Amino acid sequence: MSEPAWTDAVVAEHLRKTFGTLVAVDDITMTIARGEVFGFLGPNGSGKTTTIRMLCGLMTPSGGTATVVGYDVRRDAERIRRRIGYMSQKFGLYDDLTVMENMRFYASIYGLHGAARRARLAELVAELGLGDRVDQLAGTLSGGWKQRLALACAVAHRPAMLFLDEPTAGVDPASRRIFWQRIHALAGQGTTILVTTHYMDEAEQCGRLAFLSRGHLIAVGTVPEILAQFHQPTIEDVFIELQRRDEGAVV
Amino acid sequence: MSWLRRLPDLPLWPMLWKELVELRRDRMTLGLMLGIPAIQLALFGYAIQTDVRHLPTVVLDESHSSESRRLVEVFRNSGNFDVVRYVPDRATLRRLIETGQANAALVIPPDFFRDIRRGRTGEAQVIVDAADPLASAAALSSAQLAGSARALELTGAGPPALDLRVRPWYNPGLRSAVYIVPGIIGVLLSLTLVLITSMAIVRERERGTLEQLIVTPIDKTSLVLGKILPFLLIGYVQISVILVLGRLLFRVPILGSLPLLYLLSLAFIVASLALGLLMSTLVRSQVQAMQLSFLFLLPNILLSGFVFPRQAMPEPAQWVGAALPLTYFLTILRGVLLKGVGLGELWPETLVLTGFAVGLVVLSVVRFHKTIE
Repeated sequence: MSEPAWTDAVVAEHLRKTFGTLVAVDDITMTIARGEVFGFLGPNGSGKTTTIRMLCGLMTPSGGTATVVGYDVRRDAERIRRRIGYMSQKFGLYDDLTVMENMRFYASIYGLHGAARRARLAELVAELGLGDRVDQLAGTLSGGWKQRLALACAVAHRPAMLFLDEPTAGVDPASRRIFWQRIHALAGQGTTILVTTHYMDEAEQCGRLAFLSRGHLIAVGTVPEILAQFHQPTIEDVFIELQRRDEGAVV
Repeated sequence: MSWLRRLPDLPLWPMLWKELVELRRDRMTLGLMLGIPAIQLALFGYAIQTDVRHLPTVVLDESHSSESRRLVEVFRNSGNFDVVRYVPDRATLRRLIETGQANAALVIPPDFFRDIRRGRTGEAQVIVDAADPLASAAALSSAQLAGSARALELTGAGPPALDLRVRPWYNPGLRSAVYIVPGIIGVLLSLTLVLITSMAIVRERERGTLEQLIVTPIDKTSLVLGKILPFLLIGYVQISVILVLGRLLFRVPILGSLPLLYLLSLAFIVASLALGLLMSTLVRSQVQAMQLSFLFLLPNILLSGFVFPRQAMPEPAQWVGAALPLTYFLTILRGVLLKGVGLGELWPETLVLTGFAVGLVVLSVVRFHKTIE
């Protein structure tokens, strides 16, 4: 089967996910262009993680459709998995393996072998500055280093699209800066990136932002567009205003 | 052919490698896997003794004759009765049995010797504490055997009209360890293999590593087999530990072919591992996995024929036993080790176990979903 031609990395239409009576994601329609750094913002429980999990094929949508890098998430989840990288909120690598062993494992799972794998691993070690720690057990790394390792494993196969679910939660500012430099470098090489964050300085580095509230997509646009739409001076003010409305709606 | 060419590139190999590295670093699990066989063997092997020997016995000898002393000697030599005391009267005898200081008594009345001399039947009495029927059965039959043996010696002249000789085959000493130890191999494998596989997947789910793994293009079969196969090694190490210790400590014979036993064990080990995997798709946490494994262990110990003979069970219990892989594996273990039989006799059990193994692997792969719902 030939590769489908695609210009938009993500096309979601009326995407919906329910758990029993709880509606986690409701009627999300959005498009993410190729090469874009797209920020997902919203309070805890607003449906960010569930949306990402549906796009990665980890959860089956209850309604609506979505394609990722040209493939349907329901029918072609395995093809999508070959072309995306994913970092979950929780550190998902093996504590009992060393940094290099984790990287080698994921590179092999993604089909890299022999000389090609060796070259790619050396490249990743250099890019993420992991050189001094290759033989350290992943479980003994500090938060910032764990995130760098997780990023290295997620991009080992040079994915067309990268899903990052709160990649910098609980990470010190210096590590966050290095992390975002890598993200911009990847975007510069044409990788599409969907990232969730609670840090407003990170949100402002995204090309476009999407605000989620209680499962709904309530605003999408560039930073200036969002500021204009909500008549607020900063993204943080927008966020707080939205959360206030959100809680007001509950009362 | 294309499948064969893809073989070296399958995600199964990195998965296997990762599991082995993790296993090697997990000293706790590794220690348990090797320590449990030794502990279980000691527990079951020494504790489960259905053949009761050396019953503490008191003697009330009112005959005080050469013939009564001869009878006591015959009892003592049977190995089942240890004469701990001679008592002067029935009251003392009763008290000793009531307090549990003795479990059997031999009473020889005053006219025992006189009756024999006059050609009449000399009567003696054996009292056995039969509150535990299992424990007393051996003593009862042994007492009867000792009595008739002595009777034959006394009547002496001429061949007996009927000579029925009982030969206990395969376990001539009727030692229960010989019967129990091969069973321990099966019970132990059931417990540990089901437990570690069911926990292995759930642990990855709890730690969040499963989410990272299933978002990769790894195929379900590679993931499931990569998870199962390293424990195959552990299963074989456990079998070997018990076989060696069973031979050294309990003199359990190995009459049949060891390579055959190892080969036939494969089906049982794979079936157990796949069952553990199937369980892991039903539970949410490691604690639940452990509870379910122990729930599964109980019918295995009680209904498989490990301790209690299945022939003695009511039919529904036999049906449950017939649904347990262990039931068939026990027949194979005892057949190869104690009877020295081969595939010619054991093919039905082998067939059933292979069916279990294939069915359970397929079922667990089908039930395993690459989603986190």
